[in-house]
Amino acid sequence: CNRGKVRKRKKKNENKRVIISNLPFGSKKWKENPNRYYDSNEIKTTKYTILTFLPKNIYEQFHRLANIYFVFIALLNFVPVVNAFQPEVSVIPICVIMAMTAIKDAWEDFRRYKLDKEINHMGCYIYSREEHAYVEKCWKDVRVGDFVQLQCNEIIPADILLLHSSDQNGICHLETANLDGETNLKQRRVVMGFSSQNTLFEPEFFQNTIICEMPNNDLNKFKGYMEQPNNERVGFNIESLLLRGCTIRNTEAAAGIVIYAGHETKAMLNNSGPRYKRSRIERRMNRDIFLCVGLLFVMCLVGAVGHGIWTGKFWEHPPYDVPDENGNFASPVLAGFYMFLAMIILLQILIPISLYVSIELVKLGQVFLIHNDIDLYDEEADLPIQCRALNITEDLGQIQYIFSDKTGTLTENKMVFRRCTIDGIEFSHQENAKRLETHKELDLDDEDFAKLQLLTLPPMTLERAAPFGHSTVRPLRRCQSARARFQGHTRSRSVGRRDSSQSQVAFSSSIEKDVAPDSRLLRRVREAALQTESLSPTHTKTSTSLTDFFLALAICNTVLVSTATEPRQRVTIPPPIKPSGITLEKIHQIFQRLKLASLSQSFSSSQSSSDLGASFSAKNTEEPLAGLESCDNDNDNDSGGRGQELQDKGSTDIGSTSLDEVFKSVTNSSLPAAFCYEAESPDEAALVYAAQAYSFTLVSRTPEQVTVQLPQGTLLTFHILYTLGFDSVRKRMSVVVRHPLTNEIVVYTKGADSVIMDLLDDSAKGDISAEKRLKRIKEKTQKHLDYYARDGLRTLCIAKKVLSEDDFQKWANFRREAEAAIDNREELLMETAQHLETKLTLLGATGIEDRLQDGVPDTIVALREAGIQIWVLTGDKQETAVNIAYSCKLLNQRDTVFTINTENRETCESLLNLTLEEVRKNYEFDKPRRKFFGIIPTSCSASEAPSPEFGLVVDGRTLNIIFQGGLEEKFLALTRLCRSVLCCRSTPLQKSMVVKLVRRQLKVMTLSIGDGANDVSMIQAADVGIGISGQEGMQAVMASDFAISRFKHLKKLLLVHGHWCYARLAKMVIYFFYKNVCYVNLLFWYQFFCGFSGSTMIDYWQMIFFNLFFTSVPPLLFGVLDKDVSAETLLGLPELYKNGQNSEIYNLSTFIITMLDAFYQSLICFFVPYLMYKDSDIEVFSFGNPINTISLLTILLHQALEMKTWRTVFTGVFKVHFCLAFYLIFSLIYNSACVLCNPPSSPYWIMERQLTDPIFYLLCLITPAIALLPRFFILALRGTFGASLVLKAQQVEKLPKGQQDLEIQKLRSRKEAPSAVSHRHTENQGLSASEGNPLRRRTPEEGFCFFNRWAEEESAATDSSVGPLSGHHPLVPIRETAPGQDGGKLTKDYPNSFNCGSHRRSVSSVTL
Amino acid sequence: MEKKMKNKTSVATQEGDRCPDNSAFKQQRLPAWKPQLTIASVLSSFFLTGAFCLAVGVCLVLSANSVREIQIDYSDKCSDCSKLRENSSNWNKECHCSINFTLKEDILGDVFMYYGLQNFYQNHRRYMMSRSDAQLLGRNVNRSYCAPFSTYRNGTPMAPCGAIANSMFNDTIDLFYNGNSSVIQVPLLKTGNSWWTDKNVKFRNPKSHNLSSAFAGTAHPPYWQKPVYLLDEEDERNNGYVNDDFIVWMRVSAFATFRNLYRRLRRTRHFADGLPAGNYTFRISYNFPVTRFKGRKHVILSTVVWSGGSNPFLGIAYVVSGAAATLTGFVITGIHLKLRKKKTYFQKQ
Repeated sequence: CNRGKVRKRKKKNENKRVIISNLPFGSKKWKENPNRYYDSNEIKTTKYTILTFLPKNIYEQFHRLANIYFVFIALLNFVPVVNAFQPEVSVIPICVIMAMTAIKDAWEDFRRYKLDKEINHMGCYIYSREEHAYVEKCWKDVRVGDFVQLQCNEIIPADILLLHSSDQNGICHLETANLDGETNLKQRRVVMGFSSQNTLFEPEFFQNTIICEMPNNDLNKFKGYMEQPNNERVGFNIESLLLRGCTIRNTEAAAGIVIYAGHETKAMLNNSGPRYKRSRIERRMNRDIFLCVGLLFVMCLVGAVGHGIWTGKFWEHPPYDVPDENGNFASPVLAGFYMFLAMIILLQILIPISLYVSIELVKLGQVFLIHNDIDLYDEEADLPIQCRALNITEDLGQIQYIFSDKTGTLTENKMVFRRCTIDGIEFSHQENAKRLETHKELDLDDEDFAKLQLLTLPPMTLERAAPFGHSTVRPLRRCQSARARFQGHTRSRSVGRRDSSQSQVAFSSSIEKDVAPDSRLLRRVREAALQTESLSPTHTKTSTSLTDFFLALAICNTVLVSTATEPRQRVTIPPPIKPSGITLEKIHQIFQRLKLASLSQSFSSSQSSSDLGASFSAKNTEEPLAGLESCDNDNDNDSGGRGQELQDKGSTDIGSTSLDEVFKSVTNSSLPAAFCYEAESPDEAALVYAAQAYSFTLVSRTPEQVTVQLPQGTLLTFHILYTLGFDSVRKRMSVVVRHPLTNEIVVYTKGADSVIMDLLDDSAKGDISAEKRLKRIKEKTQKHLDYYARDGLRTLCIAKKVLSEDDFQKWANFRREAEAAIDNREELLMETAQHLETKLTLLGATGIEDRLQDGVPDTIVALREAGIQIWVLTGDKQETAVNIAYSCKLLNQRDTVFTINTENRETCESLLNLTLEEVRKNYEFDKPRRKFFGIIPTSCSASEAPSPEFGLVVDGRTLNIIFQGGLEEKFLALTRLCRSVLCCRSTPLQKSMVVKLVRRQLKVMTLSIGDGANDVSMIQAADVGIGISGQEGMQAVMASDFAISRFKHLKKLLLVHGHWCYARLAKMVIYFFYKNVCYVNLLFWYQFFCGFSGSTMIDYWQMIFFNLFFTSVPPLLFGVLDKDVSAETLLGLPELYKNGQNSEIYNLSTFIITMLDAFYQSLICFFVPYLMYKDSDIEVFSFGNPINTISLLTILLHQALEMKTWRTVFTGVFKVHFCLAFYLIFSLIYNSACVLCNPPSSPYWIMERQLTDPIFYLLCLITPAIALLPRFFILALRGTFGASLVLKAQQVEKLPKGQQDLEIQKLRSRKEAPSAVSHRHTENQGLSASEGNPLRRRTPEEGFCFFNRWAEEESAATDSSVGPLSGHHPLVPIRETAPGQDGGKLTKDYPNSFNCGSHRRSVSSVTL
Repeated sequence: MEKKMKNKTSVATQEGDRCPDNSAFKQQRLPAWKPQLTIASVLSSFFLTGAFCLAVGVCLVLSANSVREIQIDYSDKCSDCSKLRENSSNWNKECHCSINFTLKEDILGDVFMYYGLQNFYQNHRRYMMSRSDAQLLGRNVNRSYCAPFSTYRNGTPMAPCGAIANSMFNDTIDLFYNGNSSVIQVPLLKTGNSWWTDKNVKFRNPKSHNLSSAFAGTAHPPYWQKPVYLLDEEDERNNGYVNDDFIVWMRVSAFATFRNLYRRLRRTRHFADGLPAGNYTFRISYNFPVTRFKGRKHVILSTVVWSGGSNPFLGIAYVVSGAAATLTGFVITGIHLKLRKKKTYFQKQ
């Protein structure tokens, strides 16, 4: 045993982790447990403890160079030779500053501590040997080797190897949204060998040794094996690992052994710690502080040299040259050196010590105002913006690149069924569209919603069917109440915990669930349903395809059905229908009989439909009105026909029971079983919900069979013979089922339109009219599909195929062989699938909207106008990403989009080169033209074709190549010329790498925005990280600097608050420099008149106060409250944002100009009083007092000139007055209060005396006037003749409202003249263009790359009735060489090289 | 119903919890005045400023010109005395010299007599610090700043201590009017030359029944010839620390070239209107050595107006800046007119 331990420990060093069960080791033998070396599950993200806080924090604070400087100065004061006035006093400011910073840090750390504590104390069940059961313990008590049991909806506390699941198949479902942002459920499997145990899992009998890899941050890779006592090894991989932070779904209970705990879990390893962020202004400020230090050095040197020379002048010491205490005189050189030190102390405020405090305070104020902005408040989530970082507010105003996540950030991550086309007939679902529009305003009040639905859809009320009332309104209520609960939980969530009961089911918000059916379609469905029901031989083609269409929607998927009740369980058998009092069997009986009856009765379809219509209308008036039991008199048959009565009737007299009664009773009875659908992709869920809206309700699903409830209430159970899952190559999925009524074998296929359209069976076996009809349907459908795509909908085609028994058997054998094959099994399977999915009959197509969040296109347009480049980095599929990019106006229909998908470095490089060349060519081609347009008035250029813009789409693999192959520079060079860049299929790490690449290489300000945990690294990598506190947990928010709840808030946050914060802070910083240089120079000039002896003409305390209060408070208020341009104008004129982007307010030139101005002003402020008082009997402090006053006035008036808004209360005139009054009062009191306050200088009664002196007043009038004259002159020139946009905007604001908007429009159009105006023009064109979305037709293959280009197509929508194939033919890529083969020929072929006037789509494809 | 109500109220409170106040301050909509630099306001401000400054400047220049001032450098005129003083061992030898001058016109009004020093850096940092205000308030305290003029080697404290007091200007200057027949000493006031607050608040003698006992146990500074309680033997209230000459000296001058008020003309009898024209003589007891540091001494007779002394600088500054402002105004007008022409030219095109 001992040897074994040694071996194990040795293994530990060999990058292996060995884990055994903790159970044999009690608390006593813990020391022998090999697991003891592993991290416990307690997490600690705090930086300090109580003990280490002080030293550590001080150490950290000394990283700020300025702090070291100030401490150095403070210490210098204690050096005796410099003869400091009061060394103790000089320590105070730095102490105050450091204390304030420390308090802030302590508070932040405390917050982290509380959060950790909360997480550490979450509960979970650990197996206890003593009690032989799972007992509840805290997360922090979980240790590696423990057995943990997890219930449904529980969050997983550590990385756990799954050993048991309540599911028979040993499957456990996992929601990983917290981790990677994907909302679909993932399956995890019990480790092989354990799934077979039907008995309960007994941890005590677990004697295996687990050997696995060391902790790493790869979320998708994990491997290891389990050594059983008999030395048998069982392997496992990521499929069996439950990751910390994920949530158990759809599984009643799961148990496993802890593999990694605490900081070693994959989730924690993925969270690289927060970066200390310094804003750009602060960085620039540091540079300028160095400049100031240089200046200070020069000044001190001048003082030192001057003093040395001055001292050396005397051959005998004059009486005013005071020796030191021992009566000795220092030599001139030594005196000069001492003077150097003394001058540093004297002139130290050149480095504005109060600047740091002021900046922190101003940022706090700015954060306060941002936080309180009502426009950034989201009512739905009841969340205002959260500002988590306090020190980068002004960076918001300088953003040049935005990196955005897609899902949940741009989109709501809610797929909504919008439209469908069946048999070439388009159903626009106007009602649904209306519902979606009104949805926002409903504010989740279900009752109102129901009413509103009635109100908004008056024509539908007659035809609206009872099932609608039941199956949609009611579940809606449930969902909403669930949602209300969820809202309540956001509160606790906001402190970092993800409540298990929040989003109950993925993709099942009310907006997704409730589909208002199209009235026309609904009627048809009813008719069709009856026909199917009656199995009348005369049923038309349409009716079957309608039914088939919806059946396909309901069946052809992998959706899991669960009940809404907790804990959610998968519904594998049709649920018993209790409330009506009828058992399932009885219902079945009824139906059986009913079928017979209806068959015998041979309903005429017209009659039944009218009957139905009547009953529906009755239902409809009845149901929404609180669902009263009262029957309506119109329907003579209906006399309270439900429940028990029905059963009686049904059993006794079927013939007299009308069908609609049955309908009603069935739909009624199925009511309580509100199903929740959990799908792997949101599209599937949307389709199932859509089917449900037409009463094709998916009731249950098992691998073997699927049950669907039909409109008439029949439960149809289909036997699933095969499911051919979705893959990105085939781009479709199929199910093979046996129809229970017809006993036919039917293949339902659903897939991308481009694929399905090619697989359709065109020939109708000799029947020409049928063939024609099919063709027409296909054409029409294609037209509709194009239209959908242009509308930004995700399109799917639904098709079916009926197989004969023989064919199926043949195929099934084939398939079985393929499944059994060992070699190239995948290919065989693919082949069989492709073999089956041919000669399909088109049923229809659907359009699903991945709903963009509110105002996303608008925001993106505005941000782009503001000069911000927007990239989308998403883990999503390329097609989806591109689609979204189009619909949120990130890409234009006219844009040329380059797609680079490759896994080969050479290919990638040549592609990049090629693309770059191409793009450059166009830019060069453009440039002269643009200039030309610059001269020509705007009206002409607008009508011209715009310059093409470029979009770039790359995927994760390509990114990998770019990073590994050193192609970064080329990539960046290309992206810089592109309008937007999309990175699809990228991992969190890649996202952050992209952000870092751009940030470092291009030296730009970057912003990342995302909502999921997969965005965390990207958020942290950017200069500004923004988290969206949406559906996907709190990780992003926790990592972010600002957390908003909607993407659209970004607009105001950046354009308004960013601009303000930047303008305010930049002005404040520069003002601080100005102020201190100006003031310090006064002291410096005086040195020329006092033998460079370092004396001051201003009392020390007054000096300190001057800097700390009189001149610090105004810029503080200024920094928080000044508004150069109003919010409305900023939003209306995004161009104003460029002001901050280009750092126009605070850059080197403005800094130098301000410094020069400060020099000038200080010269005036010193020499005017000097010349005035020269040779008079003026005393030192009496001379200093007017100078102090004058400089105060100058500095305040300077600010007043800079200030754009003069608030009556807080800033402006009042502020200047206030400061002056404060100064006067302070001076008066200070100068009169005590004689001995500050020995040896005593400015006693100076201010009082000066105030009685007219010269003082005259000086105070003329000096600031002279000092500010140049600045005012320039401001006046700029204000009256300047062309700066900011000034223009300010002038515009003066105008009355209506005129204001007009002016803004004018300014916009003027500015955008050559480029952007024509963009808008394009967009309009794009809307009317009949171009299908070409991108979805590309099939990126491994090793292949398609490099396609679309020129714009401007033909009107109506003109294009091109056949689906002919129009897209050129887009189908040509494969010439096998994947992975290099050195393939490079062909370039584009029929029309860029010709903007060309009205045809030009395509270039390059194949390798 | 009730449930619904509850739900609603809870929703309302929820919103109330976090929804920011819609107040003008928090939403940054405070009423504000935005000054606009329009051509009219700019021009008017320039012209108004210009006019105002010109007017004030002219007044100031005129008033400064009305000041009568006579300044006599006597550091060279008493060359033998200055040579004597260069050797510090002769400190107790008296040296007098006389300087004659002629007033061609009467100096009317209050006449002030100053002594002026040149190249005497009273504003030297260590010099400035070398004093003890507490001691001058009559307190017996630690005089750390006074070093090395704090105590003698034998421990006797200096009163007053510090370099400033030690280097006090100790020439005595008397003014004589050479009338037709006789020489009249011009009556001069030696009190009231300092600030009232200095005399009454900032400087106090130590409390005792008489001054000499108050300063018992102390010694005069090394450069002094007599102890502090003998500064003015005639006037008890001008003796010790509250001596006006001492107080004036202790008010450290701002520049190396400065003047300090020494005496005021006492306007009685012959001098009721000021100093009449005629010949005058300064009789100076030359004690204060300046040649060692290339300093110079002056004696100055001057009148004062509301705007200060004879320095016309302020007036000139006003005139110049007024002119500059007006000129700028014209320049802006010029640019404006030119640009407007251009604009219309463009528009026509």
